[in-house]
Amino acid sequence: MEVGREMFIIEHLPALVIAIPLLAAFIAPLLKRFGKHAVSVWSILNLSIVECLVIVLGYRVIKDGIQSYAIGASIPSLLSPNGLPVRIILEVDAISSFMGLTSISIILLACIYSACFMKKYKSVERYYSLLLLMAAGIMGMAFTGDMFNMFVFLEVLSISSAGLIAFYAYKGEAIEAAFKYLVISSISALMVLFAIALLYGQYGLLNIAALGAAFRFTILDKIALALLVSAFVMKCGAVPLHMWVADAYGEAPAPISASLVVASQISLYALFRICFTLFGLLPAIQIIAWFIILFGLASMFVGVTMAMPQKDIKRLMAYHAISQTGYMLLGVGVGLAVINDINALNAFGIAAMEGGIFHIINHAMYKGLLFLVAGAIIYRTGTKNLNEMGGLGNRMPITAVLFLIGMLSITGLPPFNGFASKLIIYESVFLFNPILSVVAMIVSILTLASFVKVFYSAFTGQEQSKYKDVKEIPAIMLVPLLILAFLIILFGLFPGIILKLLVKPAVQALLDRAGYIGVVV
Amino acid sequence: MNDVSLIVKVVAYILIVPVFIFGSYVILHGHLSPGGGFAGGAILATLVAMLVITFRDDFKENPHEIFSILECIGMIFFILLAFFGLSSSFFHNFLVNLNGLFGKPVHFGVNPGYLNTAGVIPLMNMAVGIEVFSALSLIVLMLSMRYGGERK
Repeated sequence: MEVGREMFIIEHLPALVIAIPLLAAFIAPLLKRFGKHAVSVWSILNLSIVECLVIVLGYRVIKDGIQSYAIGASIPSLLSPNGLPVRIILEVDAISSFMGLTSISIILLACIYSACFMKKYKSVERYYSLLLLMAAGIMGMAFTGDMFNMFVFLEVLSISSAGLIAFYAYKGEAIEAAFKYLVISSISALMVLFAIALLYGQYGLLNIAALGAAFRFTILDKIALALLVSAFVMKCGAVPLHMWVADAYGEAPAPISASLVVASQISLYALFRICFTLFGLLPAIQIIAWFIILFGLASMFVGVTMAMPQKDIKRLMAYHAISQTGYMLLGVGVGLAVINDINALNAFGIAAMEGGIFHIINHAMYKGLLFLVAGAIIYRTGTKNLNEMGGLGNRMPITAVLFLIGMLSITGLPPFNGFASKLIIYESVFLFNPILSVVAMIVSILTLASFVKVFYSAFTGQEQSKYKDVKEIPAIMLVPLLILAFLIILFGLFPGIILKLLVKPAVQALLDRAGYIGVVV
Repeated sequence: MNDVSLIVKVVAYILIVPVFIFGSYVILHGHLSPGGGFAGGAILATLVAMLVITFRDDFKENPHEIFSILECIGMIFFILLAFFGLSSSFFHNFLVNLNGLFGKPVHFGVNPGYLNTAGVIPLMNMAVGIEVFSALSLIVLMLSMRYGGERK
């Protein structure tokens, strides 16, 4: 019996990681009558279960190869009856489980943090409901193998995120930020839908793997590619369309800002999935790759220069998030540019992609840490303005040290994890084009300059009389921060192990186009 | 503000039954004819919109709480139906062709449309109907009652 139940869960793993947060999201508001704590405990419990399931799923992907699941079939493994994938198929490979693991870990930690941070607000049950829906959307986008399903989860993610950004609805700015986010999301979702229509009209297929096998690279396919790339670049907050990021990250509650980082990164995953799996054999993929590289460069540079003059601590960090997204686009873009040149790919392309993918998990961790620390400062002082802070280092020493860890990591100093991924990106991109690498390094220095300002104005300097009573944050809020700081140092000290365990399989999965397609067709 | 005339109120009373029946019809025949849970739920929500416009002044308090709960129940019902299919796979249609509830087997070819078919699809239509009805009603109520939004 025990063995049977284990097998049952393992067989249905890909569906369960999406279904559990979805069900939990709608049960959460009903738990309000048992008190606010019931809702937060319920959310943390469910997210922990999902986290465990994702880890098991990832282990099985590494051990047994790609896991697939046909929704609604009489047997989950019945993917293509009569040779056609008629059902929605979930397909989990190493890169999907890498993204799923990164996202759910950050959301779980944000949820633990929220248990204390959001306690004083009314109607937190809706907050947790939306947070769980966001988790479901992210999991769905990471694990689906179906274009239309991806669109649906993109919408779930966008709408729940917009609701969460607008949580401080008594502030006009939050509503404005949510509205901006909603407009950008709707436009990008419409572009994705139109691209899907173009593909479906030609091939009659929605499954990503089957589409990849059937591709003929007509002019309509190229239009679809352009639409998909611009939509996902818009959603991940790269530069020409970055204006929503600063508002949304800046105005949302701090744990939501941390979760929004992974929500943007899942669009990055969708972009990579489209470029590599669907369009990997397109002869003109270099042009798209150069566009991605240029978006990355622009994001890095504009993001960091816009961050320099900011006075609002979360807005400043939001601009840095844009800048860091650039590194990921740069790394993976270089890999995409040489995808059809096997020598260059082996010489530096794979390394560049490893750097970019490694930077995703690193960025999720240190930016999550920084946003949560910013939330801690706001929680105690009630202000986001850097000019009004000062001397908090004496009052909140642990927070100050945690901020320092996050700051040194984002600027790419050893021995923190940002250094590991940035070094890989610098070295490999230098072989591709030295100028790109130089820009990346200059951006890192500017990042350091900007964060030194934050540290100086918030934690050092003269102690202000109005912050006499400021204390260290409660223990339950410190726990997620300490976990993140521990992971940052761990990843920084042993980057080789993490690369071998998590990143290299993910990059191989992204490059293994035939393997992904072969599961279905 | 008591300017809603008696005629409007009486017509609203009369319309309650036909609108309710039409909405329920669209939901229940979702698997046979155009429409379904979403369209039927929206039709039912127009009922609430009509009542809100007509009898707004008679409400003592905003009944949005009940719709909030109903909305969750609709969604939970929908997802649980998907979970019940887990004996085969998530979202598996476990009621179809079993001669039970909505389980009448249908032969290939033209038929006049049998209500008692399609397995879990009519049940999911009902769940979506409840969800859309309560969510749209909630929106109408929130807009009409000048609900002030969240405060600290």
